[in-house]
Amino acid sequence: MHIPDGFINAPTSLAAGAVAAGGVGVSLRRAAQTLQERQAPLAGLVAAYIFAVQMLNFPVAAGTSGHLLGGALAAVLVGPWAGALCVAVVLLVQGLLFADGGLSALGLNIINMALVTAWGGYAVFLLLRRAMPATKTSVTVSAGIAAGISVVLASLAFVVEYAIGGSGGASVGTVFAAMVGVHTLIGIGEGIITALTVGVVLGVRPDLVYGAADLQAPLVLGPKPAETARKAS
Amino acid sequence: MRSSNLRLFIAGGLLVAIGLAMLVSGFASGSPDGLNKVAEDHGFAANARQHLFENGPLAGYAVKGVNGDRLSTGLSGLIGVLVTFGVGLALFALLRAVRSGGHDRSEPTRAP
Repeated sequence: MHIPDGFINAPTSLAAGAVAAGGVGVSLRRAAQTLQERQAPLAGLVAAYIFAVQMLNFPVAAGTSGHLLGGALAAVLVGPWAGALCVAVVLLVQGLLFADGGLSALGLNIINMALVTAWGGYAVFLLLRRAMPATKTSVTVSAGIAAGISVVLASLAFVVEYAIGGSGGASVGTVFAAMVGVHTLIGIGEGIITALTVGVVLGVRPDLVYGAADLQAPLVLGPKPAETARKAS
Repeated sequence: MRSSNLRLFIAGGLLVAIGLAMLVSGFASGSPDGLNKVAEDHGFAANARQHLFENGPLAGYAVKGVNGDRLSTGLSGLIGVLVTFGVGLALFALLRAVRSGGHDRSEPTRAP
């Protein structure tokens, strides 16, 4: 879903760059406030993992492939602020080193694949979690469904950008139908990969999963129960 | 104990990422992705301009000068994973440092 240079006109790309910079700025500030010590190395790993899995295009329909976007996955693992930054780092590395995603389109790509997927995906994740019992399975299922929906949201963001400054001849309605159609299919892949990954991390280190923090036993402050019992006797 | 476990977890995760980028990437679908396919089908793919770094040493997920598609893609994946991990680690360590240097307004991870 990396937009190359030229798909969207310069003024729109420039405006998107400003919006993306603002979004990254907010994410930096909020992540600095909320990121816990043990989540900092995890966030680095999440970025590296998303880079790797983004290389794995899977076929979705005749002559079409898709790959993980990863924003929703990152948001569930390290929170929506650090999560958006993880994908932004991936997009920066891809744009500068791998010639993937136009440099003039970096702002557009950060909006679609980092901000919309991490923030939008996390919002959907929270809604789903509220509707389900507080279990690990709910976290995994919610993450998968939210990730799938986040891909469709990202494709909608592209349609909005195309409507504002698209350089093509196709009508917005045509692009809308085609983008949402194919990205619904890609979303299924995104959902499966996200659920599998979240499921594995929940199995190994559930305490690291930001979106499952409520499942951890609450910290007991004060004397241990045994000490209290001893004092009482 | 906890922190050595964390290090082990990060190292394990990094190995998984490297394995995926080096070994599995060669089997990825070569078809255009959703956006590029839509652009081809609806006549705006030709509007794409060449990337500024089209001739860079890693452009297009291949290492310049390395023959063999899978090897070249796999090596570029290894480099990409390590660079992304390094940049990410540096960024988040910096964020932590900024926070501990200033007024600590951290709040416990809020329950969803």
